[in-house]
Amino acid sequence: MQNVEKIVNGKDLFQKPEYQEVLANKKQFESSMLAINPAKVDEIAEWTKTWDYREKNLAREAITINPAKACQPLGAVMVALGFEGTMPYVHGSHGCVAYFRSYFTRHFKEPTPCVSDSMTEDAAVFGGLVNMKEGLKNCAAIYKPKMIAVSTTCMAEVIGDDLGAFITGAKEEDGGEFLPADYPVPFAHTPSFVGSHITGYDNMMHGIMSQLTEGQKGETKDRINIIPGFETYIGSLRSVKSIVEAFGTDYIMLGDHSDQWDMPAGQYQMFQGGTKLEDAKDCINSKATISLQKYATAKTMKMVQKRWKHEGGFSNPIGLKGTDEFVMKLAELTGAEVPEKLKIERGRLVDAMQDSYPYMHGKKFAIWGDPDFLLGVVSFLLEMGAEPTHVLCHNAPNGWAEEMRALLDTSPAKDSLNVWAGKDLWHMRSFLFTEPVDFMIGNSYGKELMRDTGTPLIYVGFPIFDRHHLHRYSISGYDGALNLLTWITNKVLDQLDEETKDIASTDYFFDIVR
Amino acid sequence: MGPETLEARQKAAVEEILKAYPEKAAKNREKHLGVGSPNDESQKTCGDVRSNKKTVPGVMSQRGCAYAGSKGVVWGPVKDMIHISHGPIGCGQYSRAGRRNYYIGVTGVDTFVTMNFSSDFQENSIVFGGDKKLALCIDEIETLFPLNNGITVQSECPIGLIGDDINAVAKVKAAELGKTIVPVNCEGFRGVSQSLGHHIANDTVRDYVFDADVNLTTDDVVATDYDVAIIGDYNIGGDAWSSRILLEEMGLRVVAQWSGDATLKEMALTPKVKLNLLHCYRSMNYISRHMEKEYGIPWVEYNFFGPTQTIKSLRKIASFFDESIQKKCEEVIAKYQPMIDAVIAKYRPRLEGKQVMLFVGGLRPRHVIGAYEDLGMEVIGTGYEFAHDDDYKRTKEEIFRSTVIYDDVNEYELEAFVKKLQPDLVASGIKEKYVFQKMGLPYRQMHSWDYSGPYHGYDGFAIFAQDMDLAINSPVWAHSKAPWEKEG
Repeated sequence: MQNVEKIVNGKDLFQKPEYQEVLANKKQFESSMLAINPAKVDEIAEWTKTWDYREKNLAREAITINPAKACQPLGAVMVALGFEGTMPYVHGSHGCVAYFRSYFTRHFKEPTPCVSDSMTEDAAVFGGLVNMKEGLKNCAAIYKPKMIAVSTTCMAEVIGDDLGAFITGAKEEDGGEFLPADYPVPFAHTPSFVGSHITGYDNMMHGIMSQLTEGQKGETKDRINIIPGFETYIGSLRSVKSIVEAFGTDYIMLGDHSDQWDMPAGQYQMFQGGTKLEDAKDCINSKATISLQKYATAKTMKMVQKRWKHEGGFSNPIGLKGTDEFVMKLAELTGAEVPEKLKIERGRLVDAMQDSYPYMHGKKFAIWGDPDFLLGVVSFLLEMGAEPTHVLCHNAPNGWAEEMRALLDTSPAKDSLNVWAGKDLWHMRSFLFTEPVDFMIGNSYGKELMRDTGTPLIYVGFPIFDRHHLHRYSISGYDGALNLLTWITNKVLDQLDEETKDIASTDYFFDIVR
Repeated sequence: MGPETLEARQKAAVEEILKAYPEKAAKNREKHLGVGSPNDESQKTCGDVRSNKKTVPGVMSQRGCAYAGSKGVVWGPVKDMIHISHGPIGCGQYSRAGRRNYYIGVTGVDTFVTMNFSSDFQENSIVFGGDKKLALCIDEIETLFPLNNGITVQSECPIGLIGDDINAVAKVKAAELGKTIVPVNCEGFRGVSQSLGHHIANDTVRDYVFDADVNLTTDDVVATDYDVAIIGDYNIGGDAWSSRILLEEMGLRVVAQWSGDATLKEMALTPKVKLNLLHCYRSMNYISRHMEKEYGIPWVEYNFFGPTQTIKSLRKIASFFDESIQKKCEEVIAKYQPMIDAVIAKYRPRLEGKQVMLFVGGLRPRHVIGAYEDLGMEVIGTGYEFAHDDDYKRTKEEIFRSTVIYDDVNEYELEAFVKKLQPDLVASGIKEKYVFQKMGLPYRQMHSWDYSGPYHGYDGFAIFAQDMDLAINSPVWAHSKAPWEKEG
């Protein structure tokens, strides 16, 4: 029973003897012939740690278990929220939107606006035109967005709704009261059974940019576009902007959701920050476009090169080398010297790396996440002398595995470093049992791997639900690399303390000075 | 706040909110918004609000889908079965482990609740159908998880659209493996909310657990006169455990818990109990009614939020049994009373008169009203994401003052109601949470207890009281305004 002087929640409550009795009592009704006894459970649990199990696990062709990817529209919603006053609008059932909003809200601890046109069975039969006509009108009337960015769910894709025609139809039917002819309603087809959330990011970015820049081509301006990609670190967006600003050059960040998902307290406004629509329309007239995530913007960047005829290309500013390359790219495009401020920042980062390297050198890591994220963080691990033993990318597009392999081959430990494209986190569990590592780097789903395998987890990635405020930091730029260095090194030190804290046995190594 | 009455302000708020909509949407939404009053006998339901209708397109509804109702609510927490999210990857990933359905077991070996099994549809499954892939998924599960006691197949939108026959696959595989394999046609586009998913899932329990031979030996459990089942408790933060303890203390034997921390065997045992205890009426009234009709098992709704309702419910439950149970029931009530008195003595002075606006699902928009009242707080607005008319009828019995009632309230409306009525606390879901916290309003997430809980039963009420106090009386809300900002 609770003691009013010290009311405890479930964590301690259910450890009390009276609850332990309840749980023990329940057992008699739980088991069946199949879940036989604790010994059998132990036996199977041990078997799941073996090479035999790993082989059976790797032989899987059909079932995905504990994936490290999500579906297209999630990425489309992120893009929309990076533009000024833009409402993401998902053509489909509202259940999907409830999920996208919950997922982002849990990660960012921020509101995530997004509407759907709530398609149900009748729309499945007759198509979603009626929902689209009414939905766009209602959305424009009550939320008053400056732009509505339409993406689809798998339902709308399976029945084959024609977005372009539907949107035109909605505008015509409305007669201009809520949706004037020039109201920007860009769209993208984002079927959930193709690619992953990064594909959806690419499709929506392509949809918005191609529609907004239509007919806007004019004189080229001395200005650079930056496309961040599926970036879940608000701090990274700000770091990148501060690097570009250090060059004193004019720039546009296309899809800047840093303010939307980092609203100050005091009042609530549905939309905050984002790329100005005027800028987004004019970005076709910039002289260059740099994408920070190659695999999350492949389609968009093809358009940029072919139709906009921009130079620039890709640059992934994670880690020292990645940031150096980004800085040099900017120097090349602007014709300016590398600013003093950045030189000092770089020097400080290298100083920090040289201070802490012994704790990362030779340590084995398992890491998973999106393809571009992995290329950046793995590059940094290698810069520190660490060994990324298992690099797993569930949503790896073509070409990624080869690129990652080539990167790992630069390590002296290359023969023990593995690339796992298209594998899930249940595969990772087998890898961790059969070829253990010292630390894991990944998202919240990694904590189950931590519990099962005992491998300490360093939280970097998406989604992170159960730790607060990490997404406010940067993992890009020199300051971002310093953050990665700090988190990783200190986890190594925490673990060392953990292993040397036993009184009068291991604690001779429990050092104050390191 | 002006001189007008609360009821007048509530009615004015409803009227004003409707003005922003285009005509058709306004006409629709008007039917879902009302002001309920305990004195107004003319009202058919609660505030005469209409429910369980299609959501207006283009608004930010907080509703989920049929898949969420089946996988996320009813089936997902059954711990010794593997639940396949059948279709593309997203649905399974977004519904993974978000509801805090607590359970005890070795995850990945004999229990599977927090894992995500997906058939991960690619384009070829859409074009050529996914039945073969599903059969292979089931085989692979059997190889890798030999201690699973059964499998459910939770259909995502494309399954019904492309015409896959998961029922046939399940039938063949069940016969082949000698296991319970349940196909659930809970595609997200079915119905208007998660509610239909509950119904569909209940029907599959009937067909695939009760009516089919589930290949589980249940004979080892000899029935007693005091066997009951908890129905419609998802064990969020351990709620069902803090309920179960009270039932056991009053001499009842809880044979099954649905579906939080449940096993297939417990479900199979349920048709032998003497009484079904129904907590979430919305999600599991269907199967309770079925058991009443088919096996003659009566069911009774109960509410374990707050001592007033808990005491009422304990006595109601005891009334179905003999005097020995009724006597023990009184002993249980007496045993906890001093603790509850102490909790109320501690927290009521800090919470007295504070006004709350609720918006949740299932049973909570009415069930938690009593718990707030026990703390001297007043609920001035409430509504459901996916209720039916009978839920609103039941809500009417719980309201003690004029209360604005909003069915399927969307983000725009809820924000407007809160701004106009200025409650001291908003209690709703994760999607809304940060909107109100930005405004400097205390907030509690009442789908998952904001990572606290349990809230059910006497022990849960103590935690509830403590949590409401920490929300309302936290110093952090006072920081919203900077010292250099002027009044006004």
